[in-house]
Amino acid sequence: MRSQTAYRRSFVSDVLGSVGIGLVEFAEVYILFANVDVLGELDFAAAALLFALANLGFSVADLLVGHADHLPVYLREGTLDAFLLRPLPVLAQLITSDVSLRRLGRVAVAVAVLVVALPLNDIDWTAGKVALLVLTPLTATAVFAALFVCAAAVQFWLVEGAEFTSSFTYGGSYAANYPASIFSLPMRLLFTFVVPAAFTAYLPVLVLLDLPGPAGTPQWLGWCAPLAAVVIWAVALTGWRAGLRHYTGTGS
Amino acid sequence: MRLFATLVILGFRRWSTYRLATAAGAFTNTVFGLIKASITVGAIGAAGGTLAGYDALAGATYAWVVQALVAPVNVFQWNELALRIRDGDIAVDLARPLDPQFAYLAGFLGRAIHQFIPRGAPPLLAGALVTGLALPTTPLPYLLGLVSVVLGVSVSFASWWLVNLAAFWLIELRGLLTLHIVGMSVLSGLVIPVHWFPDRLATLAALTPFPSILQAPVDVITGRAEGTAALGVLAVQAAWLAGVLLLGRLVFARGARKLVVQGG
Repeated sequence: MRSQTAYRRSFVSDVLGSVGIGLVEFAEVYILFANVDVLGELDFAAAALLFALANLGFSVADLLVGHADHLPVYLREGTLDAFLLRPLPVLAQLITSDVSLRRLGRVAVAVAVLVVALPLNDIDWTAGKVALLVLTPLTATAVFAALFVCAAAVQFWLVEGAEFTSSFTYGGSYAANYPASIFSLPMRLLFTFVVPAAFTAYLPVLVLLDLPGPAGTPQWLGWCAPLAAVVIWAVALTGWRAGLRHYTGTGS
Repeated sequence: MRLFATLVILGFRRWSTYRLATAAGAFTNTVFGLIKASITVGAIGAAGGTLAGYDALAGATYAWVVQALVAPVNVFQWNELALRIRDGDIAVDLARPLDPQFAYLAGFLGRAIHQFIPRGAPPLLAGALVTGLALPTTPLPYLLGLVSVVLGVSVSFASWWLVNLAAFWLIELRGLLTLHIVGMSVLSGLVIPVHWFPDRLATLAALTPFPSILQAPVDVITGRAEGTAALGVLAVQAAWLAGVLLLGRLVFARGARKLVVQGG
């Protein structure tokens, strides 16, 4: 990890790039709210809170396991065979092989937006809501990390079609930045129960703000976010094991 | 000109090898189209039915056409030149009896032509089925639109070329390339139409070549800019193209003079 900071100028520009990505995503929300007051029953403060929670979860997950995206490269180059020889779980090795500190930039943007947005919202605090707020970034990180692992598992079959899975990892994170109520019902169900993006921020925000939530995704689901994280991790690990068993290497 | 055409065809052939990757990309473009169309339609609904001249259908059309063009104009990555500068292969390009900028532009256009239909058609088809599309019924906007797309792809190339040249002076470009993508994706209208920007941001966008990459072709194709207005858009694109290409030539010449390649 320390090696990443050795080339200071490169590291600084990498971090700046990462800050930039976070800012761009927030700029999108900002531009939208320069034109409208309320989007999907959320005002700007609420949307900023939603954005911050979703982005915090995604950026931490990206920092920790985002390079699982590089699995196709490892598969093609045979690096994975080296992982298989070591007496450690392959998934753990893949995850620890490259923790990208530069992605801290994006985490910082999400935290900054969260700190500013939280007091702007009129939240009726209870002990349960405090617990939910603390838990939400953790469950969001878990959900997005599990999505990355699911995506990596599928790579064992796709290899060249790696971009398919971006629809669900990056697409899920993109969709999570916005109130799910603007989506049509099938899409909303897709991004809630198949790709559990709505659990990462939207549903908990409904609970925090005492909003009823649209048809099909009622507010009480917000309390189920940890459950969603457990379920998606079960799917991810099953998929990963199946994928690894499918893998046959490329020969010497 | 014949040489240019040959290089374009070679660029096309090079990319046509990756079929599954193309299909995967088209699928991803379509899913993002669904999300983006929902956002624009949602915002237009929240604004009371129209927003800066876009009604719900026009807003959805905007999102789908952008998704159809995003692969050809290549907003997300081009570091071929930077890699060649870093490992010294650029010396081979310099030794060839043709202009490097010209040759790389041809390859870039060839790639764009290859991506045009397979990456463009699926999002448009999905858009027609899901939200419907508001497209002009006369042929002229499409003809002008085609010119505009070619100009847009070329402006994108010119801009990437310039950023890649930083490799003559810096070793690691990843951060810089990321910042370029960041600037490009906001100011080109990739995420939200430039026409929706608040004043200051709109001025900033107008001072960069980026709106010429996506916003301009989409305006021409969807008929938002018609007749002389469309010609005006094309003129702005052409001016940016000439300016950024020229700047790229000057910087390249500077860099090539400084370049020392190790070899044996």
